[in-house]
Amino acid sequence: MIYPLDPNLFTDDMKLDPTRAGFGRGLKAAGEANEAVVALCADLTESTQMHLFKQAFPKRFVQVGIAEQNLVTVASGMARAGKIPFASSYAAFNPGRNWEQIRTTVTLNNQPVKIIGSHAGIYTGKDGATHQMLEDIALMRVLPRMVVVVPGDAIEAEKATLAIAENGQPSYLRLAREKTPVFSLEESPFEIGKAYVLKEGNDICLMGTGTMTYRMLLAAKLLAEQGINAEVVHVPTIKPLDAETILASAKKTGRVVTAEEAQIIGGFGSAVTELLSEHLPMPVLRLGMQDRFGESGDPKELFEAFGLTGEHIAEQVKAWMEKTPQYHQ
Amino acid sequence: MLEHAGSGHSAGPLGLADIFAALYFSILNIKPTEPEWADRDIMLLSNGHCVPVQYAAMAESGFFDVEELLTLRQFGSRLQGHPERERLPGLENTSGPLGSGLSQAAGYAYTLQYIDEVKHRFVYVMMGDGELDEGNIWEGAMFAGKNKLSQLVAFIDRNNIQIDGSTEDVMPLEDLRGKWESFGWHVIEIDGHNIESIIDATSQARAISNRPTVIIAHTIPGKGVDFMEYDYKWHGMPPNSEQAKVALEKLRTLDGKITHEGAGV
Repeated sequence: MIYPLDPNLFTDDMKLDPTRAGFGRGLKAAGEANEAVVALCADLTESTQMHLFKQAFPKRFVQVGIAEQNLVTVASGMARAGKIPFASSYAAFNPGRNWEQIRTTVTLNNQPVKIIGSHAGIYTGKDGATHQMLEDIALMRVLPRMVVVVPGDAIEAEKATLAIAENGQPSYLRLAREKTPVFSLEESPFEIGKAYVLKEGNDICLMGTGTMTYRMLLAAKLLAEQGINAEVVHVPTIKPLDAETILASAKKTGRVVTAEEAQIIGGFGSAVTELLSEHLPMPVLRLGMQDRFGESGDPKELFEAFGLTGEHIAEQVKAWMEKTPQYHQ
Repeated sequence: MLEHAGSGHSAGPLGLADIFAALYFSILNIKPTEPEWADRDIMLLSNGHCVPVQYAAMAESGFFDVEELLTLRQFGSRLQGHPERERLPGLENTSGPLGSGLSQAAGYAYTLQYIDEVKHRFVYVMMGDGELDEGNIWEGAMFAGKNKLSQLVAFIDRNNIQIDGSTEDVMPLEDLRGKWESFGWHVIEIDGHNIESIIDATSQARAISNRPTVIIAHTIPGKGVDFMEYDYKWHGMPPNSEQAKVALEKLRTLDGKITHEGAGV
């Protein structure tokens, strides 16, 4: 199946929308579809876009104050009482502050609490390193039973929100603050646990998660201008990982590059590398935060500084390809 | 149980035996043969290390066979060293890491009171006094106070010990009553070994309609076993077989005042 991309991609009419806005719309829709859905927030209702749900369902919205440990433990209790709680704050605090409570009262306790980590990654920009959560993927991925979803754009975030509302499992949804390019369409597929080939190619496979997928598409476009035909795979679910799609693209291209707006240690690149090393060992270049913290700055400056713009990715991929032959089994 | 397991906590569970007997045989509206009964009261354990006494009360009240108590902490047992909800029907939460039970109870009570508007069910939670060092407890206390969660009844096992010593040496908790009152709670202090007081306090708690209630139960750690009583060293230690024999003898014979033929756990 060909994944339908927004025809306005890379044009002046390209749509921009933050993934957190997609979450806000999705949560309201999830609340309309299922009255067991409840929402809890730690004093960041509008920032995390829960205000739409709160306005529609005031009785099912719970304000817990600046208390993220309480946020998730109250949510755990509500889940025991039959609800499907969405617990939101900034990712730096949720799951940054309350990881042990998530481990014990959500995953070991096996309750379908939805951890919503907004303002993740370096898009958080000027707030600086404290608020640029980069370790959340690793923290959530390591927990048994936890589903980890990093939507690529606002449309997909909306679909992912509806999907985790009904999956019956502990789930983590990672969101960004800033407006990012919308590459998918309403009719584009999204299913938890599925990865999607956005562009076919034979020379190398570029795998992106979250908003980095757009940058991988841009890098592929720049590489194409230099005669390099890259395959682009979008991996919105980091756990469970779509082994079939990832292995098929890796096998076809013989070289893999991953990109994430997070620490490469323990994150998306690690997940792909673990899969490949067990089933199809081959060279992997992991792009992302290279074992360092962020800092204050405009997101545009930060993506430049950390080598994560489409242009930087294309350059790094090209240089790496020159010294890394394709692996053929 | 603990001697058989070879590890575990002795003092806390012994000190809580009277409260758990009162809960499972009188206070809680539950059906041991129907653990997920929709109209049941909820009993959450926050200080998960005291679960042996909860297992014992559950077994004695009919949730499972008393013989199974001897599997405590063994591989494959439903009776995990710290309680795991999904392994044993009748457990309402998973706990061990301290400080998280009050907020879970508050979340359940909030759902009953404000979302489902079910008035006849109550949520009980047991906390240790040592775990009041945890910030999560006070976040939960503030939340319950703000929302006037009148269907929430919390117990504090005020036995004054924690692993490193007495609570007032490790991290002073007093003025404990004043702390909870200032968070908007109704406070009742009782002798945690007086069954009548325990039952009366919960009746009073259920009648309070505009605040959550906390029952500060003064207990003697290691109650009933003279060489364990009041000694913090028994917080996290099981008896060896000789000590267990002496302890059970004391408990079953009222310290030698009566004769008792019963064997068991």
